[in-house]
Amino acid sequence: MLISNTQDIPGKTIVEFYGVVSGSTVRAKHIGRDIMASLKNVVGGELKGYTELLTEARGEAIRRMSRQAEEMGANAIVNVRFGTSSVAQGAAELFAYGTAVTVE
Amino acid sequence: MELLSLALTPALLLGAWLSGSWLERRHLKSLLLLESGSSDVLALTIEKLPPGWRVTSFDLVIGNVVISQDYFKRFAGALKGIVGGNIRVFEPLLERARREALIRMKNEARACGHDVIINVRIETTTLASSGSDGKGTAGVEILAFGTAISLDTSPRLLAGGVTANGV
Repeated sequence: MLISNTQDIPGKTIVEFYGVVSGSTVRAKHIGRDIMASLKNVVGGELKGYTELLTEARGEAIRRMSRQAEEMGANAIVNVRFGTSSVAQGAAELFAYGTAVTVE
Repeated sequence: MELLSLALTPALLLGAWLSGSWLERRHLKSLLLLESGSSDVLALTIEKLPPGWRVTSFDLVIGNVVISQDYFKRFAGALKGIVGGNIRVFEPLLERARREALIRMKNEARACGHDVIINVRIETTTLASSGSDGKGTAGVEILAFGTAISLDTSPRLLAGGVTANGV
């Protein structure tokens, strides 16, 4: 699966459109990490636990989106965008969407 | 309990201020070093490829960082928020996070063997907000992503000898 956030696939031509494909996941870190993060919150700086959490979750959202595109018979996804929203304290929804296409 | 927290707050504020500013200085120093190390990857916000650029391979690259303000600055920011205006204590934090996210994106591009990133987008998300008193966790995620490409010629040569200044 070719994935790009540009209007088309660089160096290739789009021959067929399949429509929007998306993948999402909601993640929360276990309590230990949350306590670490709240301690880190006093001194400031990067919350590594949360960075990892979101990286993993975004990967999962991309995989789900790819699977959906595969089922449609597409071989590429163009114009991929991401959405992140915090649904509760310590939990976040990661959302990836794009247009499934066939390129040659 | 009330009395204890009253005594603790100034101590916590002072501790947060000292360690927070020390961590910030250290981060800024490391950013300078990392930025000079990642200057070989050109990050551009252009969407369309300039004519003459022939792409041999590409990958979607992502760099992210979740960062939080220290307790002292959150407190100061909340106070400043009452009167409004430019809340300067928050600016260095977001700038640091953006630079860090860009560096991570560039590192991923280099790991994939690419030297140019096009259509770079930067997004900011508030993960959790603190209360008006500056307590509670407050994380901001900065996400930088783009399409990393490999060209059959050097992009710096294609720019016609003009130094291309990326993000």
